[in-house]
Amino acid sequence: MRLLTFKGGVHPPERKELSAEKVIETAPLPSLLILPLSQHIGAPLAPVVGVGDEVREGQLIADSEAFVSAPLHAPASGRVKAIEPRLSFTGVKINSIVLEVSDSQEKTGLAPLTQADLTPEKIRKRAREAGLVGLGGAAFPTHVKLSPPSDKPIDTVLINGCECEPYLTCDYRLMLEEPEEIISGLKLIMIAVGANRGVIVVEENKRDAGQILNEIAEKEENIEVVLTKTKYPQGSEKHLIKAVLDREVPSGALPFEVGAYVQNVQTTIALSRAFWKGEPLTERVVTVSGEAVSHPKNLKVKLGTPAQDLIEFCGGFSEEPDKVIFGGPMTGFSIFDFSVPVVKGTSGILALKVGEIELGDRSNECLRCGRCLDACPVFLMPVTLANLTLAGDIDGLEAKGALDCVECGSCAFVCPTRRPLVQLIRYAKFEVLARKKK
Amino acid sequence: MSQETTTKKSLFISSSPHFFSSENTNRIMYLVIVGLLPLTVMAIYTFGFYSLMVILSSLAGALGAEALALYLYKRPISTLLDGSAFLTGLLLALCLPPKIPLLLPFIGSAFAIIVGKQFFGGLGHNVFNPALVGRAFLLISWAKHLTSNWYKTVSVDAFTGATPLFLAKQVRAGELTYSISRFYKSYLIQNPYGSIGEVSALLIVLGGLFLIGLRIVNWEIPLGYIGAAAVSAFIFRGDVIFHLLAGGLLFGAFFMATAYVTTPLTRLGRFIFGLGCGFLNILIRMFSGYAESTTYAILFMNALTPLIDYYLAPRRFGVKK
Ligand code: SF4
Ligand code: SF4
Repeated sequence: MRLLTFKGGVHPPERKELSAEKVIETAPLPSLLILPLSQHIGAPLAPVVGVGDEVREGQLIADSEAFVSAPLHAPASGRVKAIEPRLSFTGVKINSIVLEVSDSQEKTGLAPLTQADLTPEKIRKRAREAGLVGLGGAAFPTHVKLSPPSDKPIDTVLINGCECEPYLTCDYRLMLEEPEEIISGLKLIMIAVGANRGVIVVEENKRDAGQILNEIAEKEENIEVVLTKTKYPQGSEKHLIKAVLDREVPSGALPFEVGAYVQNVQTTIALSRAFWKGEPLTERVVTVSGEAVSHPKNLKVKLGTPAQDLIEFCGGFSEEPDKVIFGGPMTGFSIFDFSVPVVKGTSGILALKVGEIELGDRSNECLRCGRCLDACPVFLMPVTLANLTLAGDIDGLEAKGALDCVECGSCAFVCPTRRPLVQLIRYAKFEVLARKKK
Repeated sequence: MSQETTTKKSLFISSSPHFFSSENTNRIMYLVIVGLLPLTVMAIYTFGFYSLMVILSSLAGALGAEALALYLYKRPISTLLDGSAFLTGLLLALCLPPKIPLLLPFIGSAFAIIVGKQFFGGLGHNVFNPALVGRAFLLISWAKHLTSNWYKTVSVDAFTGATPLFLAKQVRAGELTYSISRFYKSYLIQNPYGSIGEVSALLIVLGGLFLIGLRIVNWEIPLGYIGAAAVSAFIFRGDVIFHLLAGGLLFGAFFMATAYVTTPLTRLGRFIFGLGCGFLNILIRMFSGYAESTTYAILFMNALTPLIDYYLAPRRFGVKK
């Protein structure tokens, strides 16, 4: 089979072998769940329960009137202990519902839907009711994505099974263990957006997962599985579309502009569950890995579970880690307090040692070696953007496409002098946007 | 929840990415030096102990000046070992005549570091290739010493103590009938007539290809350089092979014109930079002195680099040209 790919990008060490063979286990219920009221892109939620209330698993606990937002359900039965700002993985405090988990668990949920409900409206509505957001990390509300403008027909739905970030294996395990759910969710998305072609995209290093999916897909008329080269950031929406459909999403536009729709594997499964089984989104699979973790695992985790509970379930630290990351090593956030909870967008918790990663020493000057240009999948000139940022030239930054940066980190990864390119460009984007708003 | 997992004291915090490739400045610099080693050894073997002294004098000038600059600028002295000053010193030595008075390499490389590099703000900020700045300075100040002091010269008819390049010029001007193709082999394998680093075209090319293979040196500049030089030599009715082999052109194409800091960022830009170097090198050689052709061609293109970068930004993803 021909391997698809895109231009640019990098080949970081994969390090997936640490957890790739580990069958998904269910993490034990913690005693306390911390549920930030903003764990998606869009309007923050308002709680619909009060302190002291008893809630049941699956019960709606926070919602919003806004279209771009996604409600939250209790991941377990318990008592609302507090509604207060709690530290999140981003390092800031976010208003959160703190739930004291009770000994007896009782489940509630949404009504399962049936064949008769297979309409775009009902699928979208269910995505919203179930609180679905993109579980790949972006956490964009799924029902919003499922509602493209009517003048932009979508012909192809791509299921993103690339999982191109090093260490992470949760999507890989799901493709191996729950392939039917992926196909079922893909069909729902195709109905919702009116597409007649579904493609599941898997990176070459997960060929076995591709084969399993292919066996099922072969029975379906409009669904196929394709392989891409293993290259970071293949999982970026725009680069997935470029590799598979050879269409370039215009600068500043969304995939529907070129008739494509991209959804991550885990979100697709969650949609299938929400629709057919009436399960709201209350849990997700998280990879806990890194050299400093005793027993790396792929865990089915209740949202709101503090990181430390998961690390302990994995046997604690084998050595003291030097850096702990929420997400992957290319785009994740380093945390400093292990009480921060898993949220909808948390794909991994990584405890890393020096040697796996490199710390500090970013004092060197640019060599003008041009490596960052070769690495940038958006074809920017990261070195130039960084220099313009240091010079405070906001016009120049806008003209040179700072806003197109997808913050993939490829440029900083290859830079021999470890310039903080992404930090500088992130700041530049912020400045350009701030000025645009004026 | 145990206490110990919540109170780690030495966690490192930074924003993404957290992963880096193993490439670093020192490795790049030292690999270039490794690429130059066979050539250097061959040169010392050919030109003898004195040429080693020339190289050491140049290295001493470069490292001494760098140390002084770092001290004055209060920068960490460990920067001295990043390999860049060493490389500048070596590069300058390799484009000097093997019997040059020993003080000149020292002065030249000290000038290269202080004026060519540190005056601009240090590594990464210099507009011109420091080694070539050093060489240009020596050329202007001690022209005679840089155009003589050869290890070996040739004498044909009235022309005594000439270099093959000089003879080639006379042949082209019709002053002399002589077959310069007899120099091909020595230029290629072991050339006693030129600068230290011109000792073997073969080792220059092999060293260059080694670095291209490791992706330390890009291929666009040498290709553009050599290609344009060949075409220009042909157009100006020179002996193409001779002109490629002589006068440090290959050394310039692989090692001088490819210095990152002073060349364009984009691949297309680099190719065009190479083309410009190759064309100018032959042009200057044909119509002016030969000693300065490579130096000035590259320095001139160094000056055009910001312009090339400005006009040749890559097409952005999702933006139509
Ligand atoms: S500039 Fe932005 S998009 Fe380009 S490599 Fe760097 S982080 Fe990625
Ligand atoms: S990779 Fe780093 S050193 Fe090389 S040009 Fe880009 S910013 Fe400069």
